[in-house]
Amino acid sequence: MNARFFAAQRITAFVLALAVVVHLTTIIYAVRGGLTAADILARTHGNVGFALFYGVFVVAVAIHAPIGLRNVVREWSTWHGRTLDTTLAFFALLLLILGLRAVLAVFGSSCAHRKDSADLLRRYFIACRG
Amino acid sequence: MTETLNVEIWRGTDKGRFESFAIPHRAHQTVLDVVTEIQREHDATLSYRFACRVGMCGSCAMVVNGRPRWTCRTRVNAVLVDGNHLRLEPLRNLTIVKDLTVEMTQFFDKWKEAHGYFEPGAQEKKDFAVVPPQSRERQAADAGIECIGCGVCYSACDVVAWNKDYLGPAALNRAWTLMNDVRDCGQAARLEAVSGDDGCQACHTHMSCTTFCPKAIAPTYSIAGLKRATVLGVLRGAR
Repeated sequence: MNARFFAAQRITAFVLALAVVVHLTTIIYAVRGGLTAADILARTHGNVGFALFYGVFVVAVAIHAPIGLRNVVREWSTWHGRTLDTTLAFFALLLLILGLRAVLAVFGSSCAHRKDSADLLRRYFIACRG
Repeated sequence: MTETLNVEIWRGTDKGRFESFAIPHRAHQTVLDVVTEIQREHDATLSYRFACRVGMCGSCAMVVNGRPRWTCRTRVNAVLVDGNHLRLEPLRNLTIVKDLTVEMTQFFDKWKEAHGYFEPGAQEKKDFAVVPPQSRERQAADAGIECIGCGVCYSACDVVAWNKDYLGPAALNRAWTLMNDVRDCGQAARLEAVSGDDGCQACHTHMSCTTFCPKAIAPTYSIAGLKRATVLGVLRGAR
């Protein structure tokens, strides 16, 4: 791992350590407080702080995870070199797009989108409880 | 104390076998004494390496009952298994020349790769450098300077085992002592040399090197120092 990757992974680890704690605490609070999916979306919709927090979270994950995966692949297989780096760059891009898309969906751009997201969240909570 | 030691010794190269010898068990006997007795009294073709016999040269390092050690400084009674059993192997992670003798070239080549040598700079210095013994740099260099290059840490390192190109604890420890030498003029190039997929960042901090170092040096901390230095280098735009 070169020094830039190493530094990027360590710095994003600091960000994620804090972000994951906030994320988990928020989830536990939301579930135990009896908030419905609609209640949650009502709070997240248009909330710039929420969007910024999860935007940073997603960017940190998109940097941190591919670097870690690169190390694992290099140590456990013979796949080294440019093809590995290129593949993981695409993986980073995929994480970034999927993550930011999810943030935008919950941040809420339209009522229809909010309804879909609410339905998705409701099904998720039902699945978790089941 | 049992009367006889049951000693198993690796014979051959990487494709070899263990051969057993029965050796008298003596008081205060070292593992090197046992190997020497086997070579002199039982099998003159046994190959092993030693020089000083007092823990100064580091050439007698072997794997004794699964752990890398200096055999000259290891008393038999301290390492016996099942009362009288000794299993001796060559150092791991190095090419076996024959029996207990390994090829150390790749180990020392990595010292060169890590720029583990003093760089005086192109210009002759006008005066002696003043290095206060209590300075942070000198203290950090002192902590790792006593390495004699025995290869015990290299043999114990898991990262070397799965990545043959990894520079290893000894070379990186040497690089760290030089990073803290205020007279040295090759710091940027050295930092570059110890970074990368086979450099200090590859260390998993298993601490086997620190556990087994006969000189009680902690290469893990030296490597951590290099990691910090490389990150600071990135943040300052050096790389």
